[in-house]
Amino acid sequence: METINYQNFRIDAENICVDYNGKVALYDANLRLKPGQICGLVGMNGAGKTTFFNALTGFVNISKGKIRINGESVRSAQKDQTIAYVPQNEGIDIQFPISVWDVVMMGRYGSMNIFRCPRGSDVQAVKDAIRRVDLTDHLSTPIGNLSGGQRKRAFLARAIAQRASILLLDEPFSGVDIRTEKLISELFIQFKNEGKTILLSTHDMIHVREFCDLVLLINKTVVAYGETSEVFTPENITTTFGGISPDFLFGPES
Amino acid sequence: MELCSFLTLDSFITDPLTHDFMRKALLMSSLVAAVCGFLSSYLTLKGWALMGDAVSHSVMPGVVVAYALGLPFSLGAFIFGVGSVALIGFIKQKSRVKEDTVIGLVFTGFFALGIVLVSKIKSNIDLHSILFGSPLGISLSDVKQTIFISLLVVILLSIFRKDLMLYCFDPRHAKTVGINVFFLHYLLLTCLSLAAVVGLQSVGIILVVAMLITPGATAYLLTDKFDNMTLISVLSAIISSLIGIYVSFWFDLETGGSIVLAQTFIFLFAFLFAPRYGIFKLKKLFAGYKR
Repeated sequence: METINYQNFRIDAENICVDYNGKVALYDANLRLKPGQICGLVGMNGAGKTTFFNALTGFVNISKGKIRINGESVRSAQKDQTIAYVPQNEGIDIQFPISVWDVVMMGRYGSMNIFRCPRGSDVQAVKDAIRRVDLTDHLSTPIGNLSGGQRKRAFLARAIAQRASILLLDEPFSGVDIRTEKLISELFIQFKNEGKTILLSTHDMIHVREFCDLVLLINKTVVAYGETSEVFTPENITTTFGGISPDFLFGPES
Repeated sequence: MELCSFLTLDSFITDPLTHDFMRKALLMSSLVAAVCGFLSSYLTLKGWALMGDAVSHSVMPGVVVAYALGLPFSLGAFIFGVGSVALIGFIKQKSRVKEDTVIGLVFTGFFALGIVLVSKIKSNIDLHSILFGSPLGISLSDVKQTIFISLLVVILLSIFRKDLMLYCFDPRHAKTVGINVFFLHYLLLTCLSLAAVVGLQSVGIILVVAMLITPGATAYLLTDKFDNMTLISVLSAIISSLIGIYVSFWFDLETGGSIVLAQTFIFLFAFLFAPRYGIFKLKKLFAGYKR
């Protein structure tokens, strides 16, 4: 019998359940991801995608099951800055009086002292991250003045500055321009090579085929999980979306 | 005599300073304004205006009970302030009633309890000064309390300035990187209760919420930088207090109301003429003029 070494998994979620005041949002969900894997999280609105993310980051408590991050608890993953969460554009208060620099610096907060005074290394990490997402010209621009794509890149830079080994991205491609999409896909290849693990939710089926090694189809629980080529079939997608045919979802040619 | 004094701005400002109670009122109200203004930028960004209203009204029975028992009134106010928030959270979780409704019914309930208590406990409680503030009649023990609480709030807010900013902006990220969001939530609530306690001496329970939201709202219209927002908020709060007290002295007006009105006028000015976010966008007007 083969023994499983849990250290090998970046994310290991076992039979997790989440409920909000008795309302079940997610049940018996499993997910295992190794370093360098990119996994797409696909499901309808309200299927539990955000809940899944929240459980992994520890933003909500799971009522059942077990989550291991790099073989450790969620709590210690938080302490080690292991997971970075990149919110969807709609989840941000864009009127907040804060600049690109401030946002990216927030990626360093977890490893700073209590006053959150940036050290030289923090400043350097922030500069590097901003350069990688090509926002060096917008260091002091308030986030409200950025385009949707630029804002997405600012939050990606925050995740880079955090030096997280796991990236959770909520709808990374929604409302972004071509240039940002190209930059994000280049970053994905770099992240993969660096051994980072990426879990991204998306509505866009084309992006799943293009970027994801694995796909997790959910509708309150896992409908199907595995290699994209095997699992991402019209039948599974139809089940995930409550009986709606994939033709309707992403065109008849698929 | 009053008309003569108006002839020089100098005496308009210095004459009131010859009175001991005026010096004290100006100092104390500026301090209180600074504390409320500091907190104000967090509350407006977090969207806690209604929460500020709730907490400030809910402290009423606490103040009355503390007076009756001879305890520091800030203690009673603090307990009821935090208690009201806990009760709001509890009712919201255990019932289907919407949050704004719960907030409304809890704080009015507490407030009503306070008024009933005042009428029952026939002591030397001055209802008027609780409701409308009495910066001109502040006692020495109140001065000590106010200074202590104000310093405490300023120190707490200064230490956790950036964490609180992150908490208001993106609590999910804060939690993800291991920052104690639960602690920050209650820290902000505690500061809110304490600020309401000191604020009510200046402008009274009914208007203290203005001290907690108007300076922040004004600053929000004037800047896109968080640090500047805090600074502008504090400054506009202090200036409003000074204007309010002077105006109330010379024209014999209710002091608390005058302070809040001054804040409202400053807000309206920002609303109309803020460089970027004002109705008339002064920046554009100037730019057009230069051309």
